[in-house]
Amino acid sequence: MQASETKAIEVTDLTVAYQDQPVLWDVDLDVPPGVLLSIVGPNGAGKTTLIKAILGLVRPAAGNVLIYGKSYEAQRRIVGYVPQRGSVDWDFPTNVLDVVMMGRYGALGWVRRPGKQERELAMNALEKVGMEAYTNRQISQLSGGQQQRVFLARALVQDATVYLMDEPFQGVDATTERAIVTLLQEFREKGKTVVVVHHDLQTVTDYFDWVMLLNIRRIASGPVDETFTPENLRTTYGGRVAFMTK
Amino acid sequence: MQGHLDIQLIAIVTAVACALPGVFLVLRRMTLMSDAISHAILPGIVLAFFFTESLSSPLLILAAAGTGVLTVVFVELLQRTKLVKEDAAIGLTFPALFSIGVILISRFAGNVHLDMDAVLLGELAYAPLNRLNVFGYDLGPVSVYVMGTILLLNLAFILLFYKELKLATFDASLAATLGFAPTLIHYGLMTLVSVTTVGAFDAVGSILVVALIAGPPATAYLITDRLSLMLTLSAVIGSVNAVSGYWLAYLFDVSIAGAIATMTLLVFGLVFLVVPNRGLIAIARRRTRQKWEFAQTMLVIHLFNHERLPEAEAESEIAHLHEHLRWDPTFATQVVKYALNNRCVSQEETLLTLTERGRTVAQQALVQ
Amino acid sequence: MENLSILTHLDYTLMIVAIGAALLGAVSGTLGTYAVLRRQSLLGDAISHAALPGIAIAFLLTGSKTPLILVIGAAIAGWLGTLLILSIIRLTRIKYDSALGIVLSTFFGFGLVLHTLIQRTGNANQAGLDTFLFGQAATILESDVLTIGILGGIAIVIMLVFWKELKVLVFDEGFAASLGFPIRALDILLTSLLVIAIVLGLQAVGAVLMSAMLVAPAVAARQWTNKLSVMMFLAACFGALAGVSGTIISSSASRIPTGPTIVLCATVVVGFSIAFAPNRGLLWDWFRHQRNKHNLKMTASNLLKQPQRGSE
Repeated sequence: MQASETKAIEVTDLTVAYQDQPVLWDVDLDVPPGVLLSIVGPNGAGKTTLIKAILGLVRPAAGNVLIYGKSYEAQRRIVGYVPQRGSVDWDFPTNVLDVVMMGRYGALGWVRRPGKQERELAMNALEKVGMEAYTNRQISQLSGGQQQRVFLARALVQDATVYLMDEPFQGVDATTERAIVTLLQEFREKGKTVVVVHHDLQTVTDYFDWVMLLNIRRIASGPVDETFTPENLRTTYGGRVAFMTK
Repeated sequence: MQGHLDIQLIAIVTAVACALPGVFLVLRRMTLMSDAISHAILPGIVLAFFFTESLSSPLLILAAAGTGVLTVVFVELLQRTKLVKEDAAIGLTFPALFSIGVILISRFAGNVHLDMDAVLLGELAYAPLNRLNVFGYDLGPVSVYVMGTILLLNLAFILLFYKELKLATFDASLAATLGFAPTLIHYGLMTLVSVTTVGAFDAVGSILVVALIAGPPATAYLITDRLSLMLTLSAVIGSVNAVSGYWLAYLFDVSIAGAIATMTLLVFGLVFLVVPNRGLIAIARRRTRQKWEFAQTMLVIHLFNHERLPEAEAESEIAHLHEHLRWDPTFATQVVKYALNNRCVSQEETLLTLTERGRTVAQQALVQ
Repeated sequence: MENLSILTHLDYTLMIVAIGAALLGAVSGTLGTYAVLRRQSLLGDAISHAALPGIAIAFLLTGSKTPLILVIGAAIAGWLGTLLILSIIRLTRIKYDSALGIVLSTFFGFGLVLHTLIQRTGNANQAGLDTFLFGQAATILESDVLTIGILGGIAIVIMLVFWKELKVLVFDEGFAASLGFPIRALDILLTSLLVIAIVLGLQAVGAVLMSAMLVAPAVAARQWTNKLSVMMFLAACFGALAGVSGTIISSSASRIPTGPTIVLCATVVVGFSIAFAPNRGLLWDWFRHQRNKHNLKMTASNLLKQPQRGSE
């Protein structure tokens, strides 16, 4: 038990099945605090499912997830989540500031409404991602990268210790990519732990300290220079080399 | 006795005529368009009725079908503005057109002998009264001929464009690149649906027509994957619903159309319950069986993943298995017994080791 | 003198009907906003049709035509229909549209069977079904207005209390779940509120046209604002406006049924909003397009005038 308290995220023997089809098999993952970890693997490897299982959004068939030694329910306040950008309807009638303030809803609890304090936090977060000029912009009028930065700002105001991000680099412009990278580095300096589902193998070594190679089961995880080896990559993408060229 | 036969004949012909295009609507996720069409054609029917004074006149059917196609065009135009999503576009269009129809009927009710209930709910019981007489010979109810023609039309369209319909349904972009004009097929189908809906009005009215269009194909979809079989099954299920519905209505002396819809729900429910592979019972049974298979696979994968690693010994200790796999201890014991019986694992004192067979099972599970 | 009292009496009746229709329009406009945003516009259509067997069974069981009892029956049936739709989607590969179509039509058909059964016992009259199909706005009484006001008011207050939670649920369900909000329970709450709005609205416009009362005000309101709260407020106003104007128009001439007139009024509001609303409206869009084309032409011709500059 001593050991698990020093781990930011500890996944043990996690198995998740949709209907009868297993999508994650007996996955173990230890993430030390203050590490930037990317999860890579081919399409259908269960990357998003792993994130969702850590967040308790899908019920595992077996296995266990601990965040700083406790269950997700107990640690919800210290976990921030950035879902895939495509998972929401961007024509929803709301503006940038409002979406960012949603990051405070969990801390506010039931029924209480966001006030001045939440507004200030949201403004600060928007400044950090370079979106302060878009506060009152309707969200459908944003570019893909700007939408992604709004989601990041929303996670920022959660003021979490552990962040889980699902494909934040997917289809964003160079400005946004730089903004995310800067943010990630800032997180690392503050000792926060970040787990990112990632698809661009080229940038793994530049952006991340740790990597997890996943294809239904864990192929390998650990520091990038030890783990991100051609051999491990071959095992991960194995018979599915086609996915790499996509 | 003749009455029984006539009504059932009309019901069967109508049900089959509706079920055939319905298959494509269900597969193309456009069932609600048929709901919209069946309501929106009301003003077309009313206006045409001013001239023809008959609900089964070919002119009326054409005019109403035109309104149906217009509805489709209108919904698609609304959607194309990107201001309104598809469901809302449908939800806006058909009530508006239907309202116009209702207002027309009640404004000119004095001049028009069009019964609102007949339009909405249909009345199969009266359908055989309107008979086709040629040179004094009674050739049967007019409805049979009208719906029969529509049925043949649907059948001809489907047989003629079977390949195109199939392709446009499962891969519209491929169909377009191959030059099969999915838009044309789409509008062809929508025209047929409109014509069929109008034809079926007489028998079942505008609300229940959806039960005939969506019910049998959805039921058939639970049974089969093959398009050709799905078409045949839909026709059969539609006929079964029609005949059983008729007798239900006869026994309890209730609305025939309502009883056919009720039977549609019952048959759907029954198939949903008992169909092999996809039925509720099959799912439940497979779940229990697979619960063990699944647990066994998890066990072997667990052992496999930790094989030859330093922690292997701790991970394969029978007494601690339930902790690692987060199983209930009794369940863990049962799973171990199950796996031992299947010779996937072998027991050495308190440790479990994989057998060759267990290793293969684990590897196979990981490859899939 | 006599004439005058008849006149005021008529106006009073009309006023009550108009108030009732306005309230119904406001309630369905408000709750319809979420239905439209969740792409569940047609769920309202299904629930309203599925309510018929509930009304019939409530009547068969109690023998009473008290609105409240029938409303409860309708709500339960509407709820069951929704539940069945969701189970079909979850457990089979049948998609949302077909599940909805089947439940809508077959529940209604079953209701029809029950209705003919009731009719045969001579316990009820034909009016019952027509009322269900097209509503009976013209017969709204003071007591009905009270029922609508109280039930609709409760529904709206509940929605306002859970404003923040429902908003994040509708916008981003996964995120809402990660924050720890019980999304299943919130989903049930929201659907239940929708069922209340629909069952109340059946009185005014009937089952066939109910979906328009949910969809039209919300779609129109969306055109004028990018803010959820404003959208909902506008939807309530548009709903009320349609209710009042529909009532007045249909009372001004003979043989114009109220329900369809209310729906047409709502449709006119939608048409106007889609065409003329600033920013999102089609006209606005067209002007912007023209201006862009013009600007582009100007830039292009300016570039053509000095073609060599840039490259030197």
